[in-house]
Amino acid sequence: MPHDHHDHVSPSGHPYRADDDTPLSYWQTMEIAVRELLVEKDITTAEEINTQIDAMDARSPAIGAALVARAWCDPEFKTQLLADASAASREMGFDIGPMHLIALENTADTHNIVVCTLCSCYPRNLLGLPPDWYKSRAYRSRTVKEPRKVLSEFGVNLPNSMPIRVHDSTADMRYFVIPMRPDGTEDLSQDALAALVTRDSMIGTGIATAPIT
Amino acid sequence: MDTQTDGRRWHDMGGQDAGPISDDQHDFSLWEKRVDALMILCSGKGYFTVDGLRRVLEDMGEEAFETMSYYERWIASINQNLIESSAYTTEELATKMAEVEARGTTYGDASLGK
Repeated sequence: MPHDHHDHVSPSGHPYRADDDTPLSYWQTMEIAVRELLVEKDITTAEEINTQIDAMDARSPAIGAALVARAWCDPEFKTQLLADASAASREMGFDIGPMHLIALENTADTHNIVVCTLCSCYPRNLLGLPPDWYKSRAYRSRTVKEPRKVLSEFGVNLPNSMPIRVHDSTADMRYFVIPMRPDGTEDLSQDALAALVTRDSMIGTGIATAPIT
Repeated sequence: MDTQTDGRRWHDMGGQDAGPISDDQHDFSLWEKRVDALMILCSGKGYFTVDGLRRVLEDMGEEAFETMSYYERWIASINQNLIESSAYTTEELATKMAEVEARGTTYGDASLGK
């Protein structure tokens, strides 16, 4: 039964990738071997690996959303964020590592969208690990060529008069989008605003939308 | 587009024709998270750089991109980089992989770290 997948869906609604209960693969064997060799040679420890996994698991689009919501509320912060997103993120207390971050502001006149045509560079410290489609051949190939069509497949239909700027990331330079603040959100708190900022709105494949009242 | 003659390597995909964007999504399993952690830790300790990671991924070629999963390609590249930086030898790796394989037939059995 092709649709009978409910037994294999995680709380987030996504299927688990085959893991502990499937036959050991060659590459899993290599992962175990590499990890154990690194521990035996005192290059790392099991604890350090677990701590790193926890740190990555703790990263989610909520971090980027907090930056965006503050930028919406605090013009001075927005200026800082646009001038030096790495410094502004650190000032908010976020560990962004050595990444050079660049914030792109969506306006009524320009829509920005982010891609990595060469690989999968992504502002992972702000948004968590990238979605599978971000790493796909289809997204990497087509976004620079037909961004308007790609956006419409994500449900974002922009007027033909609206310029779209496509930003191709590199390993050392990672972009994220400050989406437009939705209309009708003047009375919302910064936290409530942050809840409107989706992952896709910060990649540029979505927009932030006001809550339905 | 003729990818053989436009001077670009296979991974340089920007602007090529491709099909619809799939919205399939999966949660990362433990072994994939461990691969990710090894990349961050070993590059942070100076054993290799993100450019080294990418060099091996790109040299693995298009077939690997089509047939191996993302983190399968990453562990292959991490391993190659670690051998190049003398973290361990190919012989040590082979011995360890045989030892791991002998522990059991599932990832859970073969991985001692919990």
